Amino acid sequence: MCLGLPGALPVVNEKAIEFAIRIGLALNCEIAEWCRFARKNYFYPDMPKDFQISQYDEPICFDGYLDVEVEGETYRIGIERAHLEEDTGKSTHVGGATGRIHGADYSLVDYNRSGIPLIEIVTKPIEATEEKAPLVARAYATELRELVRALGASDVRMEEGSMRCDVNVSLMPKGAAEWGTRTETKNVNSLRSVERSVRFEVERQAGVLDAGGRIVQETRHFHEGDGSTSPGRSKEEAQDYRYFPEPDLVPVAPSRAWVEEIRATLPELPAARRVRVKAAWSLTDEELRDVINAGALDLIEETVAAGAAPGAARKWWMNELSRTATARGVELAALPITAAQVARIQALVDAGELNDKLARKVFEGVLAGEGTPDEVVAGRGLKVVSDEGALLALVDQVIAENADAARKVRDGKVAAAGALVGAIMKASRGQADAGRARELILERLGQS
Amino acid sequence: MSITRDEVAHLARLSRLALGDEELDHFAVQLDAIVSAVARVQEVAAEDIPPTTHALPLVNVFRADEVRPSLGTAEALSGAPAAEDERFRVPRILEED
Repeated sequence: MCLGLPGALPVVNEKAIEFAIRIGLALNCEIAEWCRFARKNYFYPDMPKDFQISQYDEPICFDGYLDVEVEGETYRIGIERAHLEEDTGKSTHVGGATGRIHGADYSLVDYNRSGIPLIEIVTKPIEATEEKAPLVARAYATELRELVRALGASDVRMEEGSMRCDVNVSLMPKGAAEWGTRTETKNVNSLRSVERSVRFEVERQAGVLDAGGRIVQETRHFHEGDGSTSPGRSKEEAQDYRYFPEPDLVPVAPSRAWVEEIRATLPELPAARRVRVKAAWSLTDEELRDVINAGALDLIEETVAAGAAPGAARKWWMNELSRTATARGVELAALPITAAQVARIQALVDAGELNDKLARKVFEGVLAGEGTPDEVVAGRGLKVVSDEGALLALVDQVIAENADAARKVRDGKVAAAGALVGAIMKASRGQADAGRARELILERLGQS
Repeated sequence: MSITRDEVAHLARLSRLALGDEELDHFAVQLDAIVSAVARVQEVAAEDIPPTTHALPLVNVFRADEVRPSLGTAEALSGAPAAEDERFRVPRILEED
């Protein structure tokens, strides 16, 4: 199993079936009452046993849709099918100029992901998108990623290959009734690349057609660098995978009761969540988008759940903590601070025990590994001295130590109180409430 | 139903098997005999008998989602003719054009 070797006997991971059904339900799909796995036979070193277990004409999920929004307009993306298969090894091509299979001297294969469950989600043709096709394609991939993340089925990190896209493009000339020949572009490994590869293919195919040429049905390869695509295997034979039912796996027949049980446990889906959060936190579209792009939605929501006001929670995560994350080159969620800790710091601010300046020092301490917010407050002695008794004691002490200044104030030179306030702030290491300290000094010296 | 020499040659190419002319003739006859024998099942298959792919009336045989010990890198690579960077090194995959 580990190396995709011939003779390995497969067993289906129940969780993979459950996740496939979850994804299917979230995509408004029908769930097959009975389906089989099939062998897809091909000869390539990413699978030494020379076939991949997949599904052929009986996918576990079919006929669904996902709505996405582009520039205020909703597009319904039809889902043709979602089927389960096993992943294959990862190949890296060495030598040659571009890291592509063409011109490579040899290849390295990592089998760590071979045999791991993979779900392939196939859309129906997305028609009538015209010049917005690249944006619609990107919006779909973005929404799908959010959805799968919300379902907990994958970490959907495109840069690590846990979500991958193949982009199919064909054109229908104005006035024509049928779609032209389609190309499939592989190696599209980011949301931005989805948009760029569609744009490139639309323009390339239009150029060929305008010049009176024909589109060749082929697999193309996307290049991150310049956003272009180029033909894949030039001598590719007509694909003949000789699919047949997988003899080592029995059919999967999810009971309707199980399907309904899974449906009942579906979490709030991203589209509904956006509507709710936007209203509850009074956000503009741009603010919501920034929060989502920063990966802060979950964190802010957890911080709010832990008691912080939405505005304050958003402020800390989007400013202070985002800056730190950027500086450290990590994701927001990877910072060594929890939502509950952020909420605790904000609670201290709300209670008047910290001001914003001191709160920033507490963040600094927590992020530096000095402990919980309360430990940092205690360890660094960061509390605002708002306690009247403590402040009064400090006022009396400063008056005694600065007899000259105190006399001047007593004599009516109120401006001299500034030196006393300064001394109090110094003695309290910035933690005293300066305004209140001034009032108390003037009161003590008979000037109020 | 009969298996032609061309079909055997096609299958051999897909499977990366180098078969000589004599072998192609030889296997065509043999495969034809096997496929013809199996095809006889269709003679008794009635309308009400669904195509059968598994002999056992079982469905939903699953395992739990548990990580189990598996081969380490050194052990996995111990049988590799060539390895590099903790991965299997394989010859050029596509011939040069």
